[in-house]
Amino acid sequence: MTAPTLTREPQTAAVNRPGQRHRRRTNWTALAFVTPYVVMVLAFGVGPVLYALKLAFTTSGGGFAGTDNFSRVVNDFRFLPAVEHVGYFLLIWLVAMVLLVVILALVVHAVSVRWLSGVIRLAFYLPGALAGASSVLLWLFMLDPGASPVGSLLRGAGWSSFAETIAPGHLPVIFAVIAFWTGAGGWIVVMYGALNNIPTDIMEAARIDGANVVQTALHVQLPLLRKWIAYMAVLSLATGTQLFVEPTLLSQASNAVVPNDYSINQLAFQYAFDLNDVNGSAAIAVLLLVVALALSALFVARGGLFESEGP
Amino acid sequence: MRIARQSWIVNLRAGAMALTVGALAVSVAACSSSGGTKKGKYGFQQSSQDSSSAITVWVDSTRAAATTAFKKANPNVPIKVVTYDGSANGSNSFKTKMGLYDRSGNGWPDVVFSTQNNDASWASQKTGGKQAFAAVLNQGLVPDDVLSVFAKGALDPCTVDGHVYCLRNDLAQTVLWFNKSLMDQFGYSVPSTWQEYEQLSAKIAQEHPGYLTGSVGDTWVPEVFMWASKCQANQVTGARTVKVDTTTPECERAAKLIDAGVGNGTLTKLSVFSPDFVKKFSGKVLMMPGPAWFAGAIFNSKTALNVPSGQLGVAAPLSWGDGPAVTGNVGGGTWFVSSHSHNLAAAEKFVQFVTTADDYQVELAPGYPAYASAATKWLAKQADSGYYATSLAPLQAAASQVWSGWGSPEFSQEAIWAKTMAPLVTSGKSVADNLDTWGTAIKNQAQVVGYSVS
Repeated sequence: MTAPTLTREPQTAAVNRPGQRHRRRTNWTALAFVTPYVVMVLAFGVGPVLYALKLAFTTSGGGFAGTDNFSRVVNDFRFLPAVEHVGYFLLIWLVAMVLLVVILALVVHAVSVRWLSGVIRLAFYLPGALAGASSVLLWLFMLDPGASPVGSLLRGAGWSSFAETIAPGHLPVIFAVIAFWTGAGGWIVVMYGALNNIPTDIMEAARIDGANVVQTALHVQLPLLRKWIAYMAVLSLATGTQLFVEPTLLSQASNAVVPNDYSINQLAFQYAFDLNDVNGSAAIAVLLLVVALALSALFVARGGLFESEGP
Repeated sequence: MRIARQSWIVNLRAGAMALTVGALAVSVAACSSSGGTKKGKYGFQQSSQDSSSAITVWVDSTRAAATTAFKKANPNVPIKVVTYDGSANGSNSFKTKMGLYDRSGNGWPDVVFSTQNNDASWASQKTGGKQAFAAVLNQGLVPDDVLSVFAKGALDPCTVDGHVYCLRNDLAQTVLWFNKSLMDQFGYSVPSTWQEYEQLSAKIAQEHPGYLTGSVGDTWVPEVFMWASKCQANQVTGARTVKVDTTTPECERAAKLIDAGVGNGTLTKLSVFSPDFVKKFSGKVLMMPGPAWFAGAIFNSKTALNVPSGQLGVAAPLSWGDGPAVTGNVGGGTWFVSSHSHNLAAAEKFVQFVTTADDYQVELAPGYPAYASAATKWLAKQADSGYYATSLAPLQAAASQVWSGWGSPEFSQEAIWAKTMAPLVTSGKSVADNLDTWGTAIKNQAQVVGYSVS
């Protein structure tokens, strides 16, 4: 499907769009903007990845290790549970992100009172303005029925103590809720910007054709949002597979009832800093990279993120 | 431009991955050579010594008073104090940070305080070809006549293969705390065996429901109940060997005791540090087996149970009736001297001062001193306060009754209990039925850390 109306740069979106399709002549301003990013990506993105690849295939002494590091970490009794934990979390979180963010953005967009729409967007965005760890700290109180402002809700669910709230089975949902709360707001604002970019004549035409709000959303707005949704899914996947801050803080707060090897990234951290095994840690990082890249590629392909429209 | 755009997203993805691997890049900075070391007289390779160089001391905020006391008593010893989290709550920061210094080849602090008592297990070992972090203390660095005054068994967690690698700050022997006023009022006598304790608990559940005789809501359940029952879950037999059997009668009797208490409501599943515990059980704790520091942290604390003066009593650790009573231990901090220190004399002076001098251990220390002569004076001072309803003699006796069959391995028994058993207890499952699960978890964790398990 083509979406000609989205080839223009979104005005309100806070995210970079991929570069221009047609490079005309050397654009020094653009180069000046891009260079620092490229330098940073090489230094802190590509460089560490190459370094991790090297570590993952070598021994602590520097010799070639083959796949030893990989088989060691995969056979660790903590590896599969960690994969399972992150998998559940991702499933819940990504589905929630895609559904709720789109629905909320559509709702906000449908609000025609200007100040109200602004206030709602600000309210959605605010939690994301808190830095990662501090927003999780806030949740430590939310999850304790004795201290939580929504304690009655927790007790209603049958959880009368912090320990009952953070039972192992509840954790994927809890982490998904925390991650949604901290991360969804920014995306709602981005989607809102994308919705603004749909020309009024298309919306007008839909209205004249007799489409109601739901029909317009389903048949006009959603198809035009597809790339944005795929884009959000890819970036969220990147963040989600690296689940770390939430379980780490909850682990400290619960005196390790939430284990410090709950997620894959935490296990990598344990390998590097507890077991002094940077090679094993790098092997986990590489596995994580491969899986995340594969899933990203799937989203990119299904979402048509890089489809270019004919002239 | 399709390819270029794809690589853009790859880069972005890779940038995010840097979070994971970036830390590794930092940690594996160039390893410099270890510098001018020469074989020392204390049983380890010493760095070049300079008696005028300042010593860096890492301490947690609770123990910061010790550094102030030292500065006051020794104004001429240059000392730099760094406050850190004390490696508490499983943060493992002591080990993590020393691992980084091992990699960079410099930067180690001279003295480190740890709230944990299992750090000697790794600090005594070479890591990545680097000399073990902890200096050997019992080969001349700390005088023998100082070491010998520590309470019996106090230095066990610091000892690996006969070498002492740290000095104990305080002891955390478990005893039976009880509310004398309430016990008298209800007409109960204080039990002396676990069997009597269990029977009395059952009786209390009938006659005074809602009153407590203990707690299993925290991660030190294995130390309070299993250790004191001589459960063979944690027998460290060598620097890297451990014997684990959680299905012995000793483990089973303690597990059944826990199940019975949870079943009749006399053992709470709430953490003693949770707001709910304070709300529900203030004035309702009849007895509670627990470590020495429960007195200050839970009973005589305004933010916790806040038991009024003249009510709290302490009884000897309960026995199982099979020989003399033994007891467990929940924590108790340790002081380490770095083997890389350039001023070992000052570092030794510091650790000796903070563990033995009255200026700190008697006057300021919140916990039961590990140094026996300081402990006697500390107890006298506590007794003088008039807070306790009974003599504190059982506390002192318990200090030397800690069962030596429970070791201090590199992995944390508390973390294993927290991960595997605490959720079971919380959801109302039986501990006795799941001793196998517990044992498997211990064995798995031990193997991951490099222990051979039998």
